[in-house]
Amino acid sequence: MKILLPALSPTMETGNLVKWLVKEGDSVVSGDILAEIETDKATMELESPDDGKVEKILVKEGTENISVNTEIALLKVDGEEIEEIPEKPIEKSPQVSSNASEPLSSEVNISMNSLLNQTKENSGGKNWSEKEISMREALNQAIEEEMKLDKDVFLLGEEVAEYDGAYKVTQGLLDKFGSKRVLDTPISEHGFTGLAIGAAMAGLKPICEFMTFNFSMQAIDQIVNSAAKSLYMSGGEINVPIVFRGPNGAAARVGAQHSQCFISWFSHIPGLIVIAPSNARDAKGLLKSSIRNPNPVVFLEHELLYKEKTNVPEENDFLIPIGKGNLIKEGKDVTVIGFSMTVQRILNALPSIEKIGISPDIIDLRSIKPLDEELIYNSVKKTNRVVIVEDGFGNTSFGSHLSYLIQSNCFDFLDSEIIKVSGKDVPMPYAENLEKLALPNTDEIVSAVKKVSYTN
Amino acid sequence: MNKKNINNFTNDQLLKFYEKMFLIRKFEEKAAQLYGAGKIGGFCHLYIGQEAVVIGILSSINSEDTVITAYRDHGHILARGVDPKQVMAELTGRKDGISKGKGGSMHMFSKANRFYGGHGIVGAQVPLGVGIGFAHKYRNEKKISRVYLGDGAMSNGQVFEAFNLASLWELPVLFIIENNKYGMGTSIGRSAAGGELYERATVFGIKGEKVDGMNFFNVSESAIRAREYIEKNSKPYIIEMDTYRFRGHSMSDPGLYRTKDEVNKMKEIDPVLMMKETLLNDYKIQEDMIKDIESDIKKQIKDVEKFSLESPLPDLKELYTEVYL
Repeated sequence: MKILLPALSPTMETGNLVKWLVKEGDSVVSGDILAEIETDKATMELESPDDGKVEKILVKEGTENISVNTEIALLKVDGEEIEEIPEKPIEKSPQVSSNASEPLSSEVNISMNSLLNQTKENSGGKNWSEKEISMREALNQAIEEEMKLDKDVFLLGEEVAEYDGAYKVTQGLLDKFGSKRVLDTPISEHGFTGLAIGAAMAGLKPICEFMTFNFSMQAIDQIVNSAAKSLYMSGGEINVPIVFRGPNGAAARVGAQHSQCFISWFSHIPGLIVIAPSNARDAKGLLKSSIRNPNPVVFLEHELLYKEKTNVPEENDFLIPIGKGNLIKEGKDVTVIGFSMTVQRILNALPSIEKIGISPDIIDLRSIKPLDEELIYNSVKKTNRVVIVEDGFGNTSFGSHLSYLIQSNCFDFLDSEIIKVSGKDVPMPYAENLEKLALPNTDEIVSAVKKVSYTN
Repeated sequence: MNKKNINNFTNDQLLKFYEKMFLIRKFEEKAAQLYGAGKIGGFCHLYIGQEAVVIGILSSINSEDTVITAYRDHGHILARGVDPKQVMAELTGRKDGISKGKGGSMHMFSKANRFYGGHGIVGAQVPLGVGIGFAHKYRNEKKISRVYLGDGAMSNGQVFEAFNLASLWELPVLFIIENNKYGMGTSIGRSAAGGELYERATVFGIKGEKVDGMNFFNVSESAIRAREYIEKNSKPYIIEMDTYRFRGHSMSDPGLYRTKDEVNKMKEIDPVLMMKETLLNDYKIQEDMIKDIESDIKKQIKDVEKFSLESPLPDLKELYTEVYL
């Protein structure tokens, strides 16, 4: 019987073989622990699927980036013939791993990291000491640095402490700061969100994690009515310095109630700041700015981006200003606007766009509210054509508002209708093919670019 | 009435408490008039009938303690010592209002007076108040967060989440249910199953009691007991105040859900009148002293009215200020 590397989380594509707990020749029974596997979220135990003898270990411990379904061992089950396994190299995933539904930029030779390296003036133009890390690590660093700098900053949410974070973003923080500042809450979003907002009213600076933003709906009254409005309705007396953060949008195959983008919801509300970073570098700089901001900030992360790596400055004073977008690729023919995951979708479409001779400006908004209108309008005035890509439902969406803003501010410069590529107006389906269809894809982005360019 | 003064308040102190109760009563009567005259808009929830609750609690309060309540908040912010002129000017929506005319009757705050509002969504102030208690504990402050809620809020889910968190994390919070028997027009018998309201918190391990909220002395006694318990045990406490509002839920309430007889019967135990009688009969305080206080308040309310009507409307540019800091 072949023992394959199992998928141990919805988004796991590769794993690391931390340790074998058996050796060749050992007898095992069903349920015995064979090995420890590190996934994108946690270290898990691999159990024996049957009774038998460990015939051969095919992947050495310490091996990293082993693709899911790689044969890692052979188990001789009583009465079963062992097939000969030809020697072959271990399947390793590409250096930068890929999204479950579509290849990311790395596989089409356009890396977010190299684009960011060209646009560093956006983060102060300083020569930072940098290290290539994942967005997950970048967020963790941002929280740790800010908690060290300011004792009023504390973290609360479901599984943020002893579990080390449902998505490992808060890994290790309990050990560093203790249970007074890193608090596991009951599954009680309405209550703990209200509590966090009250603590902010009294002067603390909470980081309130939603395991996913889907669960923030339980608490949306507190976010909208208490956090966003108190400064205004108190005539400036009570501010609410809080960050609501967690993964937003569709992950991979987790169904309708766990796959939804809330950017349009939160950006509708006066008094809230809304951030949606597309990469590790921006995530760190923007989260640090958000924690220091005296207003309520809704910080929307994306689960599929957590593992993506870019160079990230290690210094405490590395901040990316809220309200500044990033022209991550400069072109001349069309302005393509995205944020969070859709930046990756645009980069996936870029080779096809360039193949037909079109050179796009690609804008990563980073901040949804406030919006970098100047950056957008300057680009539109140059290219005269616009495509907006958003994962959220198209109906009454943020993209709809953005196209309104562009037409009212750049009307005389537009040579074409504005096209918006949005998520379809359906609850997210579970089946792989339907889920893929529900989200913006490369073909739709390329077609939109062709259409605004009057190109076939 | 029995003379009851376990706190050994001096006559001067008792007169101060009476003065506050009388101020709230007269302020609210004036607010009702101004509402009728079209000078106050929107919703306006009067505190008349419940004065013994807020002043009884006040008698136990450390000046550093924080207070948060829902939308029936005029009496609460006055009790915390905010200038009645600023409160009335907020009701009239003027520039000199405590929230610069941008909050209204339901949204008034004063950090200096440790009053955190003034919240319009039933129940929402309860987790907020628990969060303020969290901040007190986080900073090792010897303060209690006093969280008021109505009987209506006691059927709202987030309130139970807040009870759980307050007890689980042992936060210095005093919950005060102002049970005035009606959540808007729905009597408590038609909205709340089971036994006493405060018992809904005791299942989370929160100690509590029910008190005659029409009597200043009873409220004060329980409030001091609660404070001592919280300080000693670092745990929350809950008091259910049996009280009554003599006016409607808001100004536009036709009062169809209760009889005039019921209201009149409750007015026989008017907390302000009872306090006055106790001071006269049991404490032998001179009637002239009380009369002087009352006439000063009446005069003050005239000034308050004048101020609230003369203060200008907010500048139009205020529309866009204080959305973000």
